[in-house]
Amino acid sequence: MNTIRRVAIIGGNRIPFTRSNTAYAHASNQQMLTAALQGLIDRFGLHGERLGDVAAGAVMKHARDFNLVRESVLSTTLAHETPAFDLQQACGTGLEAAMVVANKIALGQIECGIAGGVDTTSDAPIGLNEKMRAILLDASRAKTAIQRVSILSRLRPGMLIKPSLPRNAEPRTGYSMGEHAELMAREWGIGREEQDEFALKSHLNLAKAYKEEFFNDLMTPFNGVTRDNNLRADLTIEKLRSLKPAFDRRVAPEQGTLTAGNSTPLTDGASAVLLGSEEWARARKLPVLAWLAFSEVAAVDFFDKKEGLLMAPAYAVPRMLSRAGLTLQDFDFYEIHEAFAAQVLCTLKAWEDPAYCREHLGLDQPLGAIDPNKLNVNGSSLAAGHPFAATGGRIIATLAKMLARKGSGRGLISICAAGGQGVVAILER
Amino acid sequence: MNDSYLDFANSALGAWLTNALGLPKPLVLERCTAGEAVIKGPVLLGGGGEPQLLEMLAAAFKSMGAQTLAHARLPQWMPVANKAGLMTGRWGVDGQPGEKVKALVFDATGMDDSTQSEALYRFFHDSVRSVLPCGRVVVIGRPPESCKSPRKATLQRALEGLTRSLAKELRRAINVQLLYVAEGAENQIESTLRFLLSPRSAYVSAQVVRIGLPVGLPAGPQSEPADWDQPLAGKKVLVTGASRGIGASIAEVMAREGAEVICLDLPQAQPGLDEIAAKLGGTAIALDIGAADAPQRLVDAAKAQGGWDVVVHNAGITRDKTIANMEEHAWQTVVNVNLSAQERINDALVESGALMTGGRIVCVSSISGIAGNRGQTNYALSKAGVVGMVQSTAPVFAGRGITINAVAPGFIETQMTAAIPFALREAGRRMNSMSQGGLPQDVAEAIAWFANPASSGLTGNVVRVCGQSMIGA
Repeated sequence: MNTIRRVAIIGGNRIPFTRSNTAYAHASNQQMLTAALQGLIDRFGLHGERLGDVAAGAVMKHARDFNLVRESVLSTTLAHETPAFDLQQACGTGLEAAMVVANKIALGQIECGIAGGVDTTSDAPIGLNEKMRAILLDASRAKTAIQRVSILSRLRPGMLIKPSLPRNAEPRTGYSMGEHAELMAREWGIGREEQDEFALKSHLNLAKAYKEEFFNDLMTPFNGVTRDNNLRADLTIEKLRSLKPAFDRRVAPEQGTLTAGNSTPLTDGASAVLLGSEEWARARKLPVLAWLAFSEVAAVDFFDKKEGLLMAPAYAVPRMLSRAGLTLQDFDFYEIHEAFAAQVLCTLKAWEDPAYCREHLGLDQPLGAIDPNKLNVNGSSLAAGHPFAATGGRIIATLAKMLARKGSGRGLISICAAGGQGVVAILER
Repeated sequence: MNDSYLDFANSALGAWLTNALGLPKPLVLERCTAGEAVIKGPVLLGGGGEPQLLEMLAAAFKSMGAQTLAHARLPQWMPVANKAGLMTGRWGVDGQPGEKVKALVFDATGMDDSTQSEALYRFFHDSVRSVLPCGRVVVIGRPPESCKSPRKATLQRALEGLTRSLAKELRRAINVQLLYVAEGAENQIESTLRFLLSPRSAYVSAQVVRIGLPVGLPAGPQSEPADWDQPLAGKKVLVTGASRGIGASIAEVMAREGAEVICLDLPQAQPGLDEIAAKLGGTAIALDIGAADAPQRLVDAAKAQGGWDVVVHNAGITRDKTIANMEEHAWQTVVNVNLSAQERINDALVESGALMTGGRIVCVSSISGIAGNRGQTNYALSKAGVVGMVQSTAPVFAGRGITINAVAPGFIETQMTAAIPFALREAGRRMNSMSQGGLPQDVAEAIAWFANPASSGLTGNVVRVCGQSMIGA
């Protein structure tokens, strides 16, 4: 096979997302990913099938889960001969996984595959105290019992109560994701009111989607949960206004604009999408919701050149548009992952800024504005929550179904990720 | 009428003591309150062979707003449910039991042979411990008499042994029913599922219900009520013996379901009768149904109101004596009021058209009529006769689109049972799978189910409201 083939998005499945330490507090990544995969397998009757590949990942992961995805596949009713692998690109994991599987299909290496992601911040990997870990490793290398005792005598009780905890912070700057977003909001002059209004819209849109039963064939209940529990259908702007800034202390004392309301909470959940070649889908009489047409990844230098940490999608989108021969306005739907309301608003503002587009993105003309009524019309991460690696699968399935319902059209996906990265894609139908 | 042991067993001290002494532990049954969800918790589905009812079940669950999950052996459920617009999922992943559920529904319609019964074992073995208190279990099969293959008929008949035993095993106020759905009557199941899965069937257990083709109509879509919370809206319902006890409760439930009630009782019960009629916004008729002119007077009354939709024969009397000691008058009165009068009234109302097309007749039989009871030869004859009347007239009335069914109450907490001596009363109360007596409301709810306009597929059924009483089972 030496031609490039179209890649069909056949369907998706996710479990409802829940805020950290709530309904899935005792669920593991493997259980959640297995549930999301099994729901997808049940929906499309893939029992006993050997798929080409299953690619997924988790951002927060235990060392013992080195083969998380393969282990989950073995727990489903797929043929046990289905290969699987883990990958990880922070919040871009889910979309990156879809791109990898899609590329294999496009090249004719496989006919079908599943891409997904899962994350838990409840069942978090807690490591041993770093000093204690070094001592134990030294002890294991000791040649004699006396050496071992002398090494172990360096252990102190305090080490037991100071474990190594995972942190939601950039290793190179020491700032948390929220602090970086706060810095971006300051740089781009994004106000509190704007962010709160944006967050409110996300909740109202998601509530409407649930009311219309939009997710009934994109979701399976898990642990008794049937809808994202971060969703506040009765949220008001007054309630959002009343929240205190959450990330201002170090980066914008007394001037913070980011709150728990206009930022995504830590979330648990899993998602998966089924991809296949056109022939494979047709042979099995499976629906084609949309085609995964283009994708692009970009990264920014957020420590030497001081670019905003979450600005990478601003770079990735114009590159992809130029390859596709499209403008930013040629879309029916925009799915921009809402890590923070401020992140989305900064990106949109950057695309409208002639100086930024010229100097940073190398464009003669700014990309321009988008129609806000086409943006995240069924809600996004601010309302649904954001289990890092699972967000990509949620967005792909949601957008693909929207395009299938519309009958034809084009949708843009943009996801920012830790480490100054951005993963973007175009779906078409 | 108050069951003080039930209250005690559900108190802190009582719960401990009944546990320590191994005494019966009745749970306070969940009962229907207006405006509540049909079922409060997920429904777990299973099936054997090639289940034939999945599409209709999906449509019914969608209409009920029920959340469903499927057992691992029923992977075909999700595509069917998704197609019906229902969100659903698999119960438990990787061989582990899933969450607690409120009901189990097993579609056995596709099971053809006793060698396939293992599917029943697997489903119930995996799931019974996960059913919440006051949960519901419904097994759906095909009427054995309608099965072409003897082996299929045998297996379908065998289901009854399973449901009756499960009803005794599950305890915790979980009831279990067997529902036989005839071929072509699949779209008639919703009113029955709503009854069997909801708190309305609190005191009904181990029953066999048959759903056939809708009476008087070609097998088309069922006549769904516009509003499932008020299915009897605009319907005129006659309730006999309505001044007190079970009759008053029937009238109340009918009114709750939206009906305009016509309350009937003897002239000497007029004060209570007028009171209940006024309370429910209905009308009252003081009349002895045993009188010779009663049928004609009822036809006239019905026609004056533009015809009736539902007749509930609740009025009944007892004149207990062993037959050797019984006066002939006691015999005659009981048989006349409890049986012959009902036959005359039914015939008159149906023939005159005073009971309208699509009408419903619901009779009240008794566990005495099924099991027999010492000192009640007259009463038991009349109540077994009610069963006979239901079965013999069902095909006759079906031609006019009218259904006839009966409920057979077991031990119900009324003034009548309160008068029974203590030891006998306690035995009657506890000797059933719920370890308690039923309430008049429980009988009324079953009658309302038969009276529902969507229950066209139900005729000739006799359903006991007895908490699976040991007597006569």
